[in-house]
Amino acid sequence: MEKILVGLKRVVDFNVRVRVKSDGSGVETDGVKMSINPFDEIALEEALRIRERGDASEIIAVSIGNSDAQQQLRTGLAMGADRAILVLTDSPVDQLTIAGIFLALVKKEKPDLVLLGKQAIDNDNNQTGQMLAALWGRPQATFASNIELSGATAKVTREVDAGLETIEVDLPAVITTDLRLNEPRYVKLPDIMKAKKKPLEQISIADLGVEPSCGLKEISYEAPPRRSKGTMVEDVASLVAALKAKGLV
Amino acid sequence: MTRVLLIAEHDGTSINQSTAKCVACATELPDAEVHVAVFADDGATLAGEAARLASVAKVLQVDRPENRHALAAVVAPQVVALAEGYSHVFGPSTTFGKDLMARVAALLSVNQVSDVMSVESSHRFKRPVYAGNAILTVEAPSDRPVVATVRTASYQAVGMDNDAAIEKTSTDAELPQHTRFVELKAGKSDRPDLQTASKVVSGGRALGSSENFDIIYKLADTLNAAVGASRAAVDAGYVPNEMQVGQTGKIIAPELYIAVGISGAIQHLTGIKDAGTIVAINKDADAPIFEIADLGLVGDLFKIVPELAEALSR
Repeated sequence: MEKILVGLKRVVDFNVRVRVKSDGSGVETDGVKMSINPFDEIALEEALRIRERGDASEIIAVSIGNSDAQQQLRTGLAMGADRAILVLTDSPVDQLTIAGIFLALVKKEKPDLVLLGKQAIDNDNNQTGQMLAALWGRPQATFASNIELSGATAKVTREVDAGLETIEVDLPAVITTDLRLNEPRYVKLPDIMKAKKKPLEQISIADLGVEPSCGLKEISYEAPPRRSKGTMVEDVASLVAALKAKGLV
Repeated sequence: MTRVLLIAEHDGTSINQSTAKCVACATELPDAEVHVAVFADDGATLAGEAARLASVAKVLQVDRPENRHALAAVVAPQVVALAEGYSHVFGPSTTFGKDLMARVAALLSVNQVSDVMSVESSHRFKRPVYAGNAILTVEAPSDRPVVATVRTASYQAVGMDNDAAIEKTSTDAELPQHTRFVELKAGKSDRPDLQTASKVVSGGRALGSSENFDIIYKLADTLNAAVGASRAAVDAGYVPNEMQVGQTGKIIAPELYIAVGISGAIQHLTGIKDAGTIVAINKDADAPIFEIADLGLVGDLFKIVPELAEALSR
């Protein structure tokens, strides 16, 4: 296969304890550590392994956002992506527009495979991959835990509620990654230096001819109701007594 | 009038309980008329079961050989063909619904409202973001259909005392050939289903091995509980993936949740927020799980768990 397109979203790092802003307009991001969405990192790792097996020749990392997202793309280049595209926008973009942007890039780059994380850990939407596949009129294999490529098809094992489902899809296709697909590599210092020389193209949404669609209006953010700390019991007997008192056993 | 098309989830034999929870959510919409669509290869029995769901006005039975396995790429165009005239299209936020509904949304040129946890008005919904660390209220445009997935843990299944009309119907949707079902390896278990069980016992990395997980199964069996696990335990290979509870696994709301050897990462806690009573057993008194547990017991799980199973079986 020729090309793989991988999406890398810049998100609040998964270790950060997120706090809602007091005015309800969003969550605190000032001075907060930002990273590549963990599922996207898995997508890139899988693309790298496919290329290392000789099954692909070029990996293009794509991000959509303001110029800060260059950091995540540079990390992606250091991991091993061949080149990067940053689609610049200063305002937040809705999911359908994001899928439209990916579609425009797909038409331009003609990849055989698009690998995306199954969800971003900020908005937890879990829809971009499915939307791109729909707009593109191509197969989707979501929540992948194993990918086997053979010629013009891919056999994908998916983590579903009932267990593991395997489907076969014709390429080109969109595959979204689940946690157990692989463990992403660490970036080494020499690779970071090398990544600085790799091409990182910046384009605007307008350059791609994409019209932003009418998204969902964000009315307000609030902190979730907290569960309060309960009682500590001393031993099994007291635990059983407490459970019995609650009528649970 | 709010007209809701609700996509039933099933395994070919019976309707998944997620559907009954979706109906509960749909009936929160003002003045709602709920129609349930069953896509199957031979859906007579399934449609009959769906017709018993309380508050459902009509069941649409769409039989087609291609619907034998629920492939999103195959079902989505049929949903779109049926969606004409409906103001809302709902599905469960299970792996089935997540896979399907976003594809439907894109084909209808709208954004999906993911994981609805409460209905504020016909177009305004609350949903969790940042692993449940924030609740976002969103408003969908009023001039387009609302496509949404329902966070099933936020709803109680409706009753099964109805007798709705069943309408056999078909669509002329053109179905793609590019996606083919190969196989489903389902975890065989006589235990209650993790997603719907009223009691759940979960184990974490502290169990140390697949064999050691036996004490969790034994405790679960005394309680007639389902068994879950933290991501760490699944990643370590102690148990299969379908047992994972948390942000990226199953979101559950049992009456009783017993977390054994689970430290309580945010990503895990988001999966159990709606549980009735949370019990934590952990050797580390500072583990975050104790911050949200209703009952906590610090100590060696290998001693406590068998002792607890013993005490409960008496």
